[in-house]
Amino acid sequence: MSNFLNKLSAIALGVSLAIGPVVPAMAQTTLLNVSYDPTRELYKDFNAAFAAHWKKETGEDVAIRQSHGGSGKQARAVIDGLEADVVTLALESDINAIAERTGKIPADWRGRLPNNSSPYTSTIVFLVRKGNPKGIQNWGDLVKGDVQIVTPNPKTSGGARWNYLAAWAWANEEYKGDQDKIRAYITELFKRAPVLDTGARGSTVTFAQRQIGDVLLAWENEAYLAGKEFGEDSFDIVWPPISILAEPPVTVVDGNADAKGTRKVAEAYLQYLYSDEGQNLAAKHFYRPSKRDVVAPELLQKLPDIKLVTIDEPVFGGWAKAQPEHFGDGGIFDQLYKPGK
Amino acid sequence: MHDNARSPAASARKPETFRDAASETPFVRHLLIFAALAYLAFFLLLPLVSIFVEAFRRGAGAYFDALIEPDALAAIRLTLLVAAIAVPLNLVFGVAAAWAIAKFEFKGKAFLITLIDLPFSISPVISGLVYVLLFGSQSVLGPLLKSHGIEILFAVPGIVLATVFVTFPFVARELIPLMQDQGTGDEEAALSLGASGWQTFWRVTLPNIKWGLLYGVLLCNARAMGEFGAVSVVSGHIRGLTNTMPLHVEILYNEYNFVAAFAVATLLALLALVTLVLKAVLERRFGAEIAASRKH
Repeated sequence: MSNFLNKLSAIALGVSLAIGPVVPAMAQTTLLNVSYDPTRELYKDFNAAFAAHWKKETGEDVAIRQSHGGSGKQARAVIDGLEADVVTLALESDINAIAERTGKIPADWRGRLPNNSSPYTSTIVFLVRKGNPKGIQNWGDLVKGDVQIVTPNPKTSGGARWNYLAAWAWANEEYKGDQDKIRAYITELFKRAPVLDTGARGSTVTFAQRQIGDVLLAWENEAYLAGKEFGEDSFDIVWPPISILAEPPVTVVDGNADAKGTRKVAEAYLQYLYSDEGQNLAAKHFYRPSKRDVVAPELLQKLPDIKLVTIDEPVFGGWAKAQPEHFGDGGIFDQLYKPGK
Repeated sequence: MHDNARSPAASARKPETFRDAASETPFVRHLLIFAALAYLAFFLLLPLVSIFVEAFRRGAGAYFDALIEPDALAAIRLTLLVAAIAVPLNLVFGVAAAWAIAKFEFKGKAFLITLIDLPFSISPVISGLVYVLLFGSQSVLGPLLKSHGIEILFAVPGIVLATVFVTFPFVARELIPLMQDQGTGDEEAALSLGASGWQTFWRVTLPNIKWGLLYGVLLCNARAMGEFGAVSVVSGHIRGLTNTMPLHVEILYNEYNFVAAFAVATLLALLALVTLVLKAVLERRFGAEIAASRKH
């Protein structure tokens, strides 16, 4: 019996030795950037660039840790105590939620950095099968013939809300603000979605790997990324003449940064997103830079000019109005979308 | 069957109406075996094989690159650490609980058994959220602990707590029926011969339950390393810091990094296979002993 116990304790000892130290070698300063899903590749590159820049400027080492997930979920985690030094999320309303519930971010955070604290913007485009067999050029083409669309669920996904708003913006122009016609269009559009995934990445996988649907409504950068990951010759990107301007905001979480003493480097980190290098990296990952004049022309070529409607225009009246009106419980989306009908 | 037992005369009268349970025609027998095997292959073997095929799609080089990447190593280390804390804790707790339940009579025993089963019956997501509610910044405890510099949520302690919670029935559940079966006879004999409580435990009880215990520990370990839901809620998903292997697999998959995702998944699959092989080896080598301790 004692033999058996000896073996057991030997195993336990072996395991604990094998694990070794779990804490990785610490750089002088560590920042935690809590971000949303599609920015993974961008921040991988940007973090390395900033660390090199900071080392050159100050001689200090800085390591940046990343956490990615759905924008709303990430905001919730910060509210519950995830110690983000900076948040780089998809929606202004997610950062507002952190500000309201924790007081760790001042209410006027949006004015602290240029361009409403959005160093880069993005828009919604169409990803279609190679050669565009269904001839999709504009939002109206999405409800013609037997076209099937793929989009995530606007109730759970930030990206899907932009999809919905972009479609609404087009319909608003097309039907000259006729509410009944706009609603009829949106209803028809979502009837053509065979599945509503919970997040943007899920939808991309549905479209690209599971080969469901004729057109994916996607972030511009997701559309490019899907081409890169699943083969450039499988898809074409179509820019509709009109779409939505999404402004993903960034800010320092003052409460956390002050407690950890990282405010200076956290602020420099976000500032650096507006630098020439930061703007070029954003464009390289297919985000639309806020300072186009510092970005290489060949990168800008990939982000063609189209008419972009912002959430602050009268048709939507800002997030504070649009969020409950369209996506709240019993809101317009709930009224229009009836699954299985 | 009932008729059969009643009188030999009855069966002698009409022998053709009684069949052996295993006397199906060979065709039916093969059909049944084939169906069972096909079912197993489809639901168990096929997914298992596809994980390995997917992981080695770009060759062994890409496979091992994915495993020695720093974030992957950090995830493996964290997973091992969490299991190394959670499993021994649950081992001690499981033995203590099973001991108390099987060898003693006390009020609230039924309630305790139900309580032990609780983690089995509630969704892992809820198990995680419980800790968010307990230790989150919006809770009462969270800010208090934080002011003393103790971090639980979105750090290793939270992951350990959630893992302990979802895995704690494994050892106890394995031992309770075994110990109840064995009764208290051996212990009473040892005590009446002058052994102390500890001596009785180490020399009588533990040897009796060691195989059941080992089996419970194996299952507990497999689940501790594989747990996704509860850990996902309390992790915070900080790369290289609070990502366990299952979470890392999901992240890689969402980054279209299928080879790396499946490479890490093969480690989890291998863990499952090792668990099964260990169990089979133990049963083969000590089969008689195990059977003896079970019947006892």
